[in-house]
Amino acid sequence: MFTTRGVRTAAVAAMVIGSIAILAGCGTSSGSSEGAEEQTELGDYEGQVSILAWPGYVEDGSNDPAVDWVSAFEDKTGCQVTSKSYGTSDEAVSLMKTGDYDVVAASGDATLRLIAAGDVAPVNTDLIPNYEGVFDFLKDKEWNSVDGQSYGVPHGYGANLLLFNTDEVSPAPTSWDIVFDGASEYSGKITAYDSPIYIADAAVYLMAHQPDLGIENPYALDETQFAAAVDLLKAQRPHVGEYWSDYLKEIQAFETGDSVAGTTWQVIENVLEGEGAATDVVLPEEGATGWSDTWMIASQAENPNCAYAWLDWIASPEANAQATAYFGEAPSSQEACDYRDDCEAYHAGDADYASQIWYWTTPIADCVDGRTDVECVDYAQWTEAWAEIKG
Amino acid sequence: MSTPPLTDTRSIRVPPPPATPARRASAFLSTHPRTRLALLLTAPLFWLVVVYIVALVLLLITAFWRVDSFTGEIVTDWTLDNIITVVTGALYQTVTLRTLGVAIAVTIIDVALALPIAFYMAKVASPRMQRFLVIAVLMPLWASYLVKAYAWRSVLSQEGILEWMLAPLGLHTPGYGLTATIITLSYLWLPYVILPIYAGLERVPDSLLEASADLGGKTWRTVGSVVLPLAFPAIIAGTIFSFSLSLGDYITVNIVGGANQMLGNLVYTNVGAANNLPLAAAIALIPIVIIFGYLALVRRTGALNNL
Repeated sequence: MFTTRGVRTAAVAAMVIGSIAILAGCGTSSGSSEGAEEQTELGDYEGQVSILAWPGYVEDGSNDPAVDWVSAFEDKTGCQVTSKSYGTSDEAVSLMKTGDYDVVAASGDATLRLIAAGDVAPVNTDLIPNYEGVFDFLKDKEWNSVDGQSYGVPHGYGANLLLFNTDEVSPAPTSWDIVFDGASEYSGKITAYDSPIYIADAAVYLMAHQPDLGIENPYALDETQFAAAVDLLKAQRPHVGEYWSDYLKEIQAFETGDSVAGTTWQVIENVLEGEGAATDVVLPEEGATGWSDTWMIASQAENPNCAYAWLDWIASPEANAQATAYFGEAPSSQEACDYRDDCEAYHAGDADYASQIWYWTTPIADCVDGRTDVECVDYAQWTEAWAEIKG
Repeated sequence: MSTPPLTDTRSIRVPPPPATPARRASAFLSTHPRTRLALLLTAPLFWLVVVYIVALVLLLITAFWRVDSFTGEIVTDWTLDNIITVVTGALYQTVTLRTLGVAIAVTIIDVALALPIAFYMAKVASPRMQRFLVIAVLMPLWASYLVKAYAWRSVLSQEGILEWMLAPLGLHTPGYGLTATIITLSYLWLPYVILPIYAGLERVPDSLLEASADLGGKTWRTVGSVVLPLAFPAIIAGTIFSFSLSLGDYITVNIVGGANQMLGNLVYTNVGAANNLPLAAAIALIPIVIIFGYLALVRRTGALNNL
């Protein structure tokens, strides 16, 4: 039929034209934007700032009326804060690509990727008065600076601890053995952090138990070392009840007894304790992975002055104390301990203790432990291996 | 007695309607059928083609691009690497088989549950009961997917109601895992299977059932020779829903699946975690290919007319 054919032709033509137009629009590579310059002076506040952070880092009292270090900032600077929380570092890296955020609180496994992608700008620490009080052992590390150029302000730090059910697991474990070689005893009730970076936890265990592998840094693994870590995790896999990345999911699993041992954060134990669950945490003798988070500014930030104001605010002893205490981690400065009574529990300022924690760092082909004779396994391969481990 | 004067209608001249723009447009459209058609279809076609199909095709095209492993930027070089990885990788084969297995199990369970319910609703129940049952089947659809999935997480947990009920019988909850995933998905998709089968069975004339009885057909003979052949396209229509919905699901397996992952999880982690959109698009092609294969297979049964 004449009309039907006409319509069909028109439809096909419209589809083809539409596709071509849209394909042409996005057919070219955008290319990575070359790193933005660091700011040399501050201007007027823009009136708002948008922040991407871990849950519990930007609290304005809406979750818990007693917890609020945002309103005072808004009153002081006039910068209205909008914030979004994310669940994993990988999610943060994805979200920063949208360009919707001025500030991000990134852990060490995300920072280098953000810097390399040109998503964050160098930070001029001279414009941040409170930067001076920050512990020296947190400054200019491989996860928050490149070639001596600072890319942000340290927030706080903590370890990925071993959480266990005190009714089911006795005596209290002192080693990661319970979730690796000894996992069969609690088969099906072991839990592990659901992220490629968890491979480093296996590497930390191997450092102590298979010294002949020669692992110096869990984030600098050559092929052999990496394969050993992956094998360890594949052996662990049948005993894992579930992997967690949503911390509420882990809390529920430990409350109901579906999980009895696995990695955790102090904040999770705090919640469990508050709800009367029979759980406890320990920093095992092998040491642990951990995180030292960095507040960074987006290279395309629309509100850079409010962003600098936020960085200064969150580094101030009082705000830093509130934020790190709420999350359950050590603060970034000694002065912050004046506003907290639990600093000792987190070994705040204890550089020796801090040095036992292997802070999350993005694994890259140039080994971060300084070896030059081998090539290390990069994060893309960690991601692939992680999917394979889970099977 | 005088008759009222009849109005001579012929003598009244109806003034021509004023030539408003609307009237002019209407006159134009009535004489130009193709313009009329174009105006009618432009908006829906735009939606269907640009918003619906092109967007999907564009997403799938990224399967032929790659990602810079460190910065995470998409590099628009044409490459088949992702497709090759997905087709040859042992991981993807295992997960594809697992996902297919779950989808098939869910479909079988749902059809087995839906057939008797739908038959009762269509052929046995009183009209009042029928209405009540339709509402009862639809009811779970009014609650959020997440609420239902998390409800099953509580039911299946070590301290859940299932353990409480089964423990006296010496049985235990399956815990989190593939069994839990199959149970939860079967629960979630059951209404989508019952409704098409119910609609199909309603169309089977009662007279055929009576004719079968008159000819001496027993219940099972009638079901086997009359009802099932006539309801077959409707059953297939129902399976398309449960099968395709299970193939694409990742939330349920994330909530109750323990350490297991399905194709949807691989897509999700590659988009959200690994930020590897090209690989995710390549993985997403697997369920699309499977479901197109299934549709091609069932096209001749007439099932698609029932959707």
